[in-house]
Amino acid sequence: MPVMTLTFSDLIPVLPEIFVLAMACAILLLDVTVKQRMGSYTLTLLTLVGAAAITAFTSVGQTQYAFGGQFVDDMMADVLKLMVYLTSITVVVYSRAYLIERDLFKGEFFVLLLFATLGMMVMISANHFLVLYIGLELLSLSLYALVAMRRDSAQATEAAMKYFVLGALASGLLLYGMSILYGLTGTLELNKLAASVYMGVHNPMLLSFGLVFMVAGLGFKMGVAPFHMWLPDVYQGAPSAVTLFIGTAPKLAAFAFTMRILVDGLQPAVGEWQGMLAVMAVLSMAIGNLAAIMQTNIKRMLAYSTISHMGFVLLGILSGTFAGYSVAMFYAIVYVLMSLGAFGMVVYLSQNGLEAENLDDFKGLNSRHPWLAALMAMLMFSLAGIPPFIGFYAKLAVLQAVVGVGLLWLALVAVLFSLIGAFYYLRVVKILYFDAPHADVQPLSVHADSRALLSLNGLAVLLLGIAPQPLIALCVYAMQMSMQ
Amino acid sequence: MEGIGLLSLAIWVPILAGLLILITGGDKNADGQRTLALLGSILGFAVTLPLWTGFDAGTAAMQFEELAHWVPMFKINYHLGVDGISMPFILLNSFITILVVLAGWEVVKERVGQYMAAFLIQSGILNGVFAALDGLLFYVLFEAMLIPLYLIIGMWGGPNRVYAALKFFLYTLLGSLLMLVSLLYLYFQSGGSFEILVWHKVPLAMTAQILLFIAFFFGFAVKVPMWPVHTWLPDAHVEAPTGGSVILAAITLKVGAYGFLRFALPITPDASHELAGAMISLSLVAVVYIGLVALAQVDMKKLIAYSSIAHMGFVTLGFFIFNPMGMEGGLIQMISHGFVAAAMFLCVGVMYDRVHSRQIADYGGVANRMPMFAAFFMLFSMANVGLPATSGFVGEFMVILGAVKVNFWWAFLAASTLIIGASYTLWMYKRVVFGAVANPQVAAMQDINGREFIVLALLAISVLGIGLYPRPLTEVMHTSVDNLLAHVSHSKLVP
Repeated sequence: MPVMTLTFSDLIPVLPEIFVLAMACAILLLDVTVKQRMGSYTLTLLTLVGAAAITAFTSVGQTQYAFGGQFVDDMMADVLKLMVYLTSITVVVYSRAYLIERDLFKGEFFVLLLFATLGMMVMISANHFLVLYIGLELLSLSLYALVAMRRDSAQATEAAMKYFVLGALASGLLLYGMSILYGLTGTLELNKLAASVYMGVHNPMLLSFGLVFMVAGLGFKMGVAPFHMWLPDVYQGAPSAVTLFIGTAPKLAAFAFTMRILVDGLQPAVGEWQGMLAVMAVLSMAIGNLAAIMQTNIKRMLAYSTISHMGFVLLGILSGTFAGYSVAMFYAIVYVLMSLGAFGMVVYLSQNGLEAENLDDFKGLNSRHPWLAALMAMLMFSLAGIPPFIGFYAKLAVLQAVVGVGLLWLALVAVLFSLIGAFYYLRVVKILYFDAPHADVQPLSVHADSRALLSLNGLAVLLLGIAPQPLIALCVYAMQMSMQ
Repeated sequence: MEGIGLLSLAIWVPILAGLLILITGGDKNADGQRTLALLGSILGFAVTLPLWTGFDAGTAAMQFEELAHWVPMFKINYHLGVDGISMPFILLNSFITILVVLAGWEVVKERVGQYMAAFLIQSGILNGVFAALDGLLFYVLFEAMLIPLYLIIGMWGGPNRVYAALKFFLYTLLGSLLMLVSLLYLYFQSGGSFEILVWHKVPLAMTAQILLFIAFFFGFAVKVPMWPVHTWLPDAHVEAPTGGSVILAAITLKVGAYGFLRFALPITPDASHELAGAMISLSLVAVVYIGLVALAQVDMKKLIAYSSIAHMGFVTLGFFIFNPMGMEGGLIQMISHGFVAAAMFLCVGVMYDRVHSRQIADYGGVANRMPMFAAFFMLFSMANVGLPATSGFVGEFMVILGAVKVNFWWAFLAASTLIIGASYTLWMYKRVVFGAVANPQVAAMQDINGREFIVLALLAISVLGIGLYPRPLTEVMHTSVDNLLAHVSHSKLVP
């Protein structure tokens, strides 16, 4: 590697990361000294808003490299980062009441959340295996700690252990794959790797070998079958507010991570990884949708639903075309929007000592809170991919990309599993609307902030469904600018 | 096109009225919500009337067209337009919506606002289905209409409503998802267009046509429903509230048949001819076998549900014999069945509201207590049988005439419905209405009130009107049907 000279211009693309890091440290210190939780809460929100502003203002459109090509700032990164901030802001607002009620409203939550956000930002912008790995570990370690935050809960501790052990294994697989590729090409930088694979490697067998490890590691991090085992347990065991976080923003980072490695770094080997992704996508859609049917815990059900949705994201990526990457990004963003609402509803309804975790807890919501029930129903229909909600267009876009490259059978498999998937989403609607509420439910207290945001979240699913053009256009534009 | 087009109004007026009702809150304002729903549905019908008066029956081209880019990234357009085939259904739908609102007036006591809103939104979506000229817009609305109906069946339905609602939803979703893949295939075959009219001209190889036809078959035959994919319908009808049954029978079944005319026949004409034999066989099975099944029913709603399937068999039979008489007959049968099935379900609803039973055995001698009702019920039963001078006669007769021209035995089997239909309908009528008063519940029945009278009278006028003077209807359809048949007779095979 050439001697790296750090210049001031290197710092501009990294400004959002520096800002979040500085603020996270500041909040950590302030929280210890001032012990004013609402202050940490407000500062966290301000940090995320500030980071969004910096990202938006430093965005130049063209792809910029910094730190000698280790760090990349392109349109895809900017859009995904903005989505990550937006998601994190929403998570913080949704969780406030939940955390206060459970005595978890502590500085650690905010600091860990900011570090996790920072990790995602680094993953999104990495152009180097080591930088990718650092981002990934920063995210993962923060998440492990978040899951275990409720120390006295055996379930949460178990979930954290499981998450940690399997996450560490996945990191190991990734590192092993990276080292094989490094040995093969002599570079850790993604675009140099791509160039070198394009020129042809002397041992194609070894390339496939390394690729298998990379893809397995990616599969773990994305939570796709057959590497999905940790997901339902972690989703169920973690406090709902943490599940809300794990289930949303990291999916964007995982998408970016996959794109960086497979497309930026290994696009010339597309023939090699396409088949692997196809197997994982089909398995994810099958296992995710079939297993979700049997769940009585809504967090677990949504965990399996995540697996199937990630399968759809893989479908977009594996089509290996520019259109496919754009729609995969679109799908990831849409999925995060929907799951943000669904988990947000779980968090919102978990009041008065009740953990609204079981499907039964949603019984007859329509007769108690028609508006919340309507929001939840819209989210469920959208997750099921029923028009006119945005989830339909995400599915449509991916199917179009898949049919466009002639993989008609994959499209058919995907729609058949969507049909199976529709069953359990419809069951939730049935529970909301057709069942009578429990006699002993307590009335919900109103949290105006999260209620307003939740309403916005649910309505966005409908309104974007009626006018999906802007979001799709944004994804296509971002991909276009990044792929030049 | 300046301003908002008529078709857009037909779609959005009911939907906005429905949303307006939803935001007026809970059951505290039930009366206001009912009034609002009635006003909304009447306004919704009023905006569709100019479609009829301003319609030019001399051309088969699309009229009242509206075109706007909707999702340019996917080349999806907001493209609306009607021809002689689709226009009557928009009027039928908007008209029936008024009746449904009236029929649920005092019967629905819980969550009135949501009930009315669901029907109004459903009405707008259905108008959109008939007006859509963009394949994907059609698909979006085609699936979206499942949502209100799912909620209607599940929330206000009978004891087994959850099962029926889920079955209804998943069954129809399976069909439409397969259709979605075929729409995407057509998108690429046509060089990137979702325009239905462009698809009509795309040349396709025979294998592709057959596969597309099968996908369309899954999408539309489930909706019609054709034997053997009809099993969701009796469940859905039995469990649905009266209004739900009416919309289901009168309108949503028509969407399936309409889909054949708009998609399957013109896009895959060669496959349609190739598979016409199979389609005709399925139709005849529906007419004869399902007719016999209807004979064995003890539940009035189930009986009418099976009778609907048999009647729709006539429609698909008329379509696939490829002559103007059959096709126009099929279309008139669709309109007629819209009125007659709606009326039959409303009649059962009137009795159910009083006795809370749909079993034929729980009735007897209703005529003694409800003479006026019995007269209406008689008229609609006769229309269901296909008695001359009722609308039921015109369509069936035309289809039989059309069939005779092609194959005598098909016509013979189809004509057997005149006997089977008369048997199950009149036998039910006899057991329910005639005879001595069967039990105290029947003895306590009150004759229809003013509201019910208006609903049934409006339907009676329509049934008799079409029966006595169908010409305005056939005139509207004639050019479009001829044009469609001419199109279907040309092969689209890739040279």
